[in-house]
Amino acid sequence: MSGTGAGVVIIGAGHAGGTAAAQLRQFGYEGPITVVGEEPIAPYQRPPLSKAWLKGEADADALALRPDSFYVEEHIALRLNARAARLDRRAKTVTLETGETLPYDKLILATGARARRLELPGADLAGVQVLRSAADAEELKLALGPGKRLAVVGGGYIGLEAAASARALGAEAVVLEALPRILARSSCEVLSDFFTAYHKAHGVDFELGVTITGFEGAGGKVTGVRLADGRVIACDAAVIGIGILPNEELARDAGLECANGVVVDEHARTADPDIYAIGDVTRRPLPLYARMHRLESVANALEQAKQAAAAIAGRPAPAHEVTWNWSDQYDVKLQLAGVAFDADELLVRGNPAGAKFAVFHMKGPVVRAVEAVNAPAEFMAGKILIGSQKPIDRAKLADVTVSMKEVAAG
Amino acid sequence: MAKITYIEFNGKEHVVDVKPGLSVMEGAVKNNIPGIDADCGGACACATCHVYVDPAWIDKTGSQSAMEESMLDFAENVEPNSRLSCQIKVSDALDGLVVRMPQSQH
Repeated sequence: MSGTGAGVVIIGAGHAGGTAAAQLRQFGYEGPITVVGEEPIAPYQRPPLSKAWLKGEADADALALRPDSFYVEEHIALRLNARAARLDRRAKTVTLETGETLPYDKLILATGARARRLELPGADLAGVQVLRSAADAEELKLALGPGKRLAVVGGGYIGLEAAASARALGAEAVVLEALPRILARSSCEVLSDFFTAYHKAHGVDFELGVTITGFEGAGGKVTGVRLADGRVIACDAAVIGIGILPNEELARDAGLECANGVVVDEHARTADPDIYAIGDVTRRPLPLYARMHRLESVANALEQAKQAAAAIAGRPAPAHEVTWNWSDQYDVKLQLAGVAFDADELLVRGNPAGAKFAVFHMKGPVVRAVEAVNAPAEFMAGKILIGSQKPIDRAKLADVTVSMKEVAAG
Repeated sequence: MAKITYIEFNGKEHVVDVKPGLSVMEGAVKNNIPGIDADCGGACACATCHVYVDPAWIDKTGSQSAMEESMLDFAENVEPNSRLSCQIKVSDALDGLVVRMPQSQH
């Protein structure tokens, strides 16, 4: 291994950073590996924080990406409760907020993203919070239970999962959304309509097309969300789920190109040959869609962790993957594959009223993306078809009596 | 505790004690056994924790759910004894279980 012996420093101990460290060892990298993370705990999985963990179906142990023994056995130094303050690309060092300087041969930026906050009166009241970290989830869980009411600000996946989990814990939930429909930023109308109806059937209230002007409180604690129309929606807790922002400041301050994400190539490498960036913080090429994009998903974090680790360990680049994601709400399993870029037709297979269907985003005869509700075959076959870009028979795809195997076979 | 033997594709055996209540997938991840990726962390959403259950243990490990069956239908190198290991819950009845890993989960 070339280099000065300083090894690999990974900034960020989330799903991406933790996986990159493990992948480096799996690919045979033998140099020192240091993972620097702001949070007090070893790399863990965030997806369950709004799903199984929030409902009490998974414990802290189940969240951990790897057991603590893994880092000891694999000689991976975890520097937790530590925040990187700046990079010196010429000296090849990272300076922590404490002033300590860490030298590197290769640097991986896995700084992730942070939840967007609302700069509104009362946003600092106790009980108004975001849901991103394990600490956030702990706080939210304590606020939920029978007799409590959760206001969800933002009808995106995190908010909807929080609403479903609140219902499972016996709390009431109301979703407040600025746009006329939920999931507007990420999903098609068929899916919005389905989830709106499904949540309503589970007792969730919706206020769509509303503007929030602030939060009301008593004794320093939130008691309601004030709307522009003058109404106040009473609540015991408010969770803000209005998107995430990439933590790209460290890279930008060091002169690396950022454009809603640290710009990287298909090996997760920045313009600096010794600096990689992976996960939510990156703006990356999507070869299937011939464009740059910032993805927010575990699958993206894992894929780029593999790309960076392979490049650093001198291994062949891993094959490109079709990006995918999932959501759990009540007994609904939503699986998503691809990105709905350049689609010219929506094709629905199955019946949304039966809570088992899939929406295929087509570009001519080619599948670009699929949103599958309780439809794993449609998800799995769709993912393969997105990757192969193979033209298919749309009439067969829309016909549930034709199996997905047969559709995929052409 | 249930003793579970995980056999990597290259034949390397790992014999570990797994706490009842965990899944067979979690038993591998928590013991640093390579070969089971489990990208979705056990949500039955990704089919990257595929294992082959030793024929002697097929009855005791139960049957595939419809969800699992559909996911496996499109995974690679699927055999009649294929399972998603996140969907097999460890109990004392599985003490002695043997599972084998496929060449790749992707």
